[in-house]
Amino acid sequence: MNPAIKNPLLFAIVFGLIILTGIFNSWNVALNILNMGLISAIMALGVNMQWGYAGLFNVGIMGFVALGGLGVVLVSMPPVPEAWAAGGARVLLALGVAVATIAGAVMLWKRLAPGRRRGLILTGFLIVGFFVFRWLFDPAVAAIEAVNPAGTGYLGGLGLPVLIAWPVGGLLAAGAAWVVGKTALGLRSDYLAIATLGIAEIIIAVLKNEDWLSRGVKNVVGIPRPWPVPYEIELQKSASFVERMQAWGYDPVVASSITVKLLYALLFGVVLLALVWLSQKALHSPWGRMMRAIRDNETAAEAMGKDVTGRHLQIFILGSAVVGLAGAMMTTLDGQFTPGTYNPLRFTFLVWVMVIVGGSGNNWGAILGGFLIWFLWVQVEPIGLWLMDVITSGMADDSALRAHLLKSAAHMRLLTMGIILLLVLRFSPRGLIPER
Amino acid sequence: MDLLNAFVALANFVIVPAISYGSQLALGALGITLIYGILRFSNFAHGDIMAFGTMVTILVTWWFQSLGISLGFLPTALLALPFGIAATMALLLATDRGIYRFYRRQKAAPVIFVMVSLGVMFIMNGLVRFIIGPGDQRFADGARFIISARDFKQMTGLREGLAIKTSAGITVITAIIVVAALFWFLNRTRTGKSMRAFSDNEDLALLSGINPERVVLYTWMIVGALATIAGVLYGLDKSFKPFTYFQLLLPMFAAAIVGGLGNPVGAIAGGFVIAFSEVTVTYAWKKVLVYLLPENLEPAGLVQLMSTDYKFAVSFAILIIVLLFKPTGLFKGKSV
Repeated sequence: MNPAIKNPLLFAIVFGLIILTGIFNSWNVALNILNMGLISAIMALGVNMQWGYAGLFNVGIMGFVALGGLGVVLVSMPPVPEAWAAGGARVLLALGVAVATIAGAVMLWKRLAPGRRRGLILTGFLIVGFFVFRWLFDPAVAAIEAVNPAGTGYLGGLGLPVLIAWPVGGLLAAGAAWVVGKTALGLRSDYLAIATLGIAEIIIAVLKNEDWLSRGVKNVVGIPRPWPVPYEIELQKSASFVERMQAWGYDPVVASSITVKLLYALLFGVVLLALVWLSQKALHSPWGRMMRAIRDNETAAEAMGKDVTGRHLQIFILGSAVVGLAGAMMTTLDGQFTPGTYNPLRFTFLVWVMVIVGGSGNNWGAILGGFLIWFLWVQVEPIGLWLMDVITSGMADDSALRAHLLKSAAHMRLLTMGIILLLVLRFSPRGLIPER
Repeated sequence: MDLLNAFVALANFVIVPAISYGSQLALGALGITLIYGILRFSNFAHGDIMAFGTMVTILVTWWFQSLGISLGFLPTALLALPFGIAATMALLLATDRGIYRFYRRQKAAPVIFVMVSLGVMFIMNGLVRFIIGPGDQRFADGARFIISARDFKQMTGLREGLAIKTSAGITVITAIIVVAALFWFLNRTRTGKSMRAFSDNEDLALLSGINPERVVLYTWMIVGALATIAGVLYGLDKSFKPFTYFQLLLPMFAAAIVGGLGNPVGAIAGGFVIAFSEVTVTYAWKKVLVYLLPENLEPAGLVQLMSTDYKFAVSFAILIIVLLFKPTGLFKGKSV
């Protein structure tokens, strides 16, 4: 079929599915799917930059998403003055010492002549640095976490508007990507995969355990909303809103939650459109052609004088920043930051399925994949439950097998996603909207 | 100064746990390294292969237990292990036939294989959760200790006890037997030699008439056996939880890379390097230092370098150091 007809048709089908959910299920559910679909599409766009443009295999998406969420906490939560007074300066000093130690070690490594002497000096330097860091760090952390642990127990953020936090989340992710890229790029492609897998686990471990930074598994709740989005309760109190909704024949309570979701969708949609416009421009610029040339034949590109590792680092950072931005948006939408819920299957591999199914190398494909796979991810569970119900309907009500099958239906998701990924890779490796 | 008590404490909390954990990692890393050497891709499904094999073993163990079959002081799981291995081998051969072979024929890029293994990982993970559920399962029975801390204290009259769990003893003995058998197979048998030849130089091996499909078949079977054994030993030692097995991927990959991907000796060495560093960095050294330092110098804190939650950070840090300074690993691996 002609792509000019086929591609809009595919999008129409996906949005049609979401609208059908709204009609048959509820508009709240449909708008939830739409909002998370928009965020998923942005994540898929970021991963598509890395994989589709440059062929970089990043399996640490979860970590970058979580860093974006941390950005929201650090920027938009109100600061906790008591905690800052108790140990804020000392923690910052400790972190400064840690960074200085690593920078100093890198300097020493470069300055000193190779040999055993360098190794000994470097080891000694790192050990001293580590103990100074711990000596500064531990009491400060204990002091901060002792400040009202049930309510705060952390430093809090800067108290700035949430919209500022989004780019900051992207920057945090970009910083982590720089560290990983510096070490693992330029080596075999598998190494980047393993290094990103590792950094993601570590980022989550840090967020779960460093209570002074992110409250750990106690979660940060009550993250303020971005500028145009009001709280439902305010809408319900506003006389003009209630009047207008009643005039249109809607229940004000339902209408308020739908208005909030629509505003979020608008906000996310604007970000997505801006990103798509930028990515399309980039992809069709000389820079984008260079990237694809590098992806298709690294040796030839290098012979043409292109800095392959440098370009890879650049796009790896860019893609991770986009993923971080999406992570920040997701935390904003949830209104809370819950480090315990980040799970590689949900945040890393699902995004991969989106990119592969949608069409790697094509921005529109990645977006389509984001919406479609998110829709399936949400809907597979009820469908699986229904399927199990049908399969087991012949069994006795107290049958242990039936109970087990019904209980396990929730795990159908992973199975379905794996099968979709393998089928697409096998029979349509270029995805639904292939690269031109 | 009380060197003897210090050493016993060290052995009890560091050396014994690290040796058994290291053996488990080494068996896992051997599987990863064999696949890398012969099929030439990093298999992300390895943790879930381990989980699958362990799951089958657990189910058979429960069945045996319900029949009243047991091995005395040894865990029943050892009796069920062959069933787990057979099921895993069958599953791996089926995935190879159904999935990997197509890409092998196409001579697809390694990164495509990695992605396919990601899909396989999803499916296996889903399968395991579907059948046995995502929760914690304990299936160890038989005697819990070879020597318990109390017996050791009574025997020696020391203040510190040295406890050796049955699972630790079984782990080490099994690992030695398995590794010996594997190296005998690789170095002495015709099939093993053809596997090594295929790993060293594919084209040359094909020219000399080695059947690649046969080599691949044997590789998957060996990997299935290794992964199941590693998984069951880990489960006996700690407990079985699908997500934990998935997370073992990182230390196992770190072990394989530290030793040099594609090099079996390296994988074993790497397993122990990772295990010992994880345990020493996350252990609270106060207990040992109390015996070594004069009383007035006794440490106030726990002297723990890092909290146990960061054990993955340790394997990751080692991985990064090796990637930066010696990308081919301690023993010469094949990739750059």
